[in-house]
Amino acid sequence: MEVPYTVKPRLDTGLYNAKLGIWLFLASEVMLFGALFSSYILLRAAAPSWYAGPDVLNVPIGTLNTLILIVSSVTILLSWASIRSNEIKKYKLYMGLTILLGALFLFIKVFFEYIPKIEHGHIPSENNFYATYYTITGLHAIHIIGGLIVNLYLWGPGFKMFKTEPERFSNRIETAGLYWHFVDIVWIFLFPTIYLLPGS
Amino acid sequence: MSYSKDIKKEVSQYIIIFFALAILTIITVRIAYMDVGKMWIAVLLAMVVASIKGTLVAGFFMHLFHEKKIIYLFLGITLVLLCSLFFITFGSISDQVGEVEQSVIKSTSSYIH
Repeated sequence: MEVPYTVKPRLDTGLYNAKLGIWLFLASEVMLFGALFSSYILLRAAAPSWYAGPDVLNVPIGTLNTLILIVSSVTILLSWASIRSNEIKKYKLYMGLTILLGALFLFIKVFFEYIPKIEHGHIPSENNFYATYYTITGLHAIHIIGGLIVNLYLWGPGFKMFKTEPERFSNRIETAGLYWHFVDIVWIFLFPTIYLLPGS
Repeated sequence: MSYSKDIKKEVSQYIIIFFALAILTIITVRIAYMDVGKMWIAVLLAMVVASIKGTLVAGFFMHLFHEKKIIYLFLGITLVLLCSLFFITFGSISDQVGEVEQSVIKSTSSYIH
């Protein structure tokens, strides 16, 4: 049986089902990260003192990772533009770049932030600052891993769909892109909140 | 085959937004190292710049400026729920700030004495 509305938009919503689905999923993700941010505010407001982000976290590394995510948001858009123009080589190049940039983000996060901090004894149980830092950035990193798995599938084995159902495949790239941009937006708010605010 | 005219236009728009986001990222970091005096000003400035960046990504990269009404409806409901969540949190802080400060003062003074 054929899955309906994978390409054609539904008359009532005006969208193909996967697009509506990804937006609903992203709405739930807004609430997930919203709960974490409000917990952060509550913990911080109740704490007698709080570290200044720039004093204990690596701001240049955080800035570099912000720029890496922004570039990867552009490359995934270019991969979508390429697949809509039937430019397979360009699609593979831009999606490959998106995957590499995502992996680079994680590599920097783990080897230039988490490991040096853990080696210096700064673990989540040290205080509320590190507990919130590891929880929020860790959950964000898990989202990056999820996006990488999907993007790798679309770059590799999942690409065969393009030969039989090119429009449906193009829609898959669009929905994967929407998720990837959302992860970028989360980092855009997370970076100044955790890394840059002054202490109290 | 190369990009059609419409896609070419889209791509050049993405590149412009990328540079805007890069510049705003540098501004965010610069603000963090400025002495703005009060904590609430630092938070406000950081959140204003982050909101501009978030709007650019959502509006142009996620094409939210030209989406169907149903998506606006779902996101509107989400925004109301998110604001309620923050409102409850802020309300809870307002209820306890005095108590927390008093308990800190008490514990500090008993420690000093």
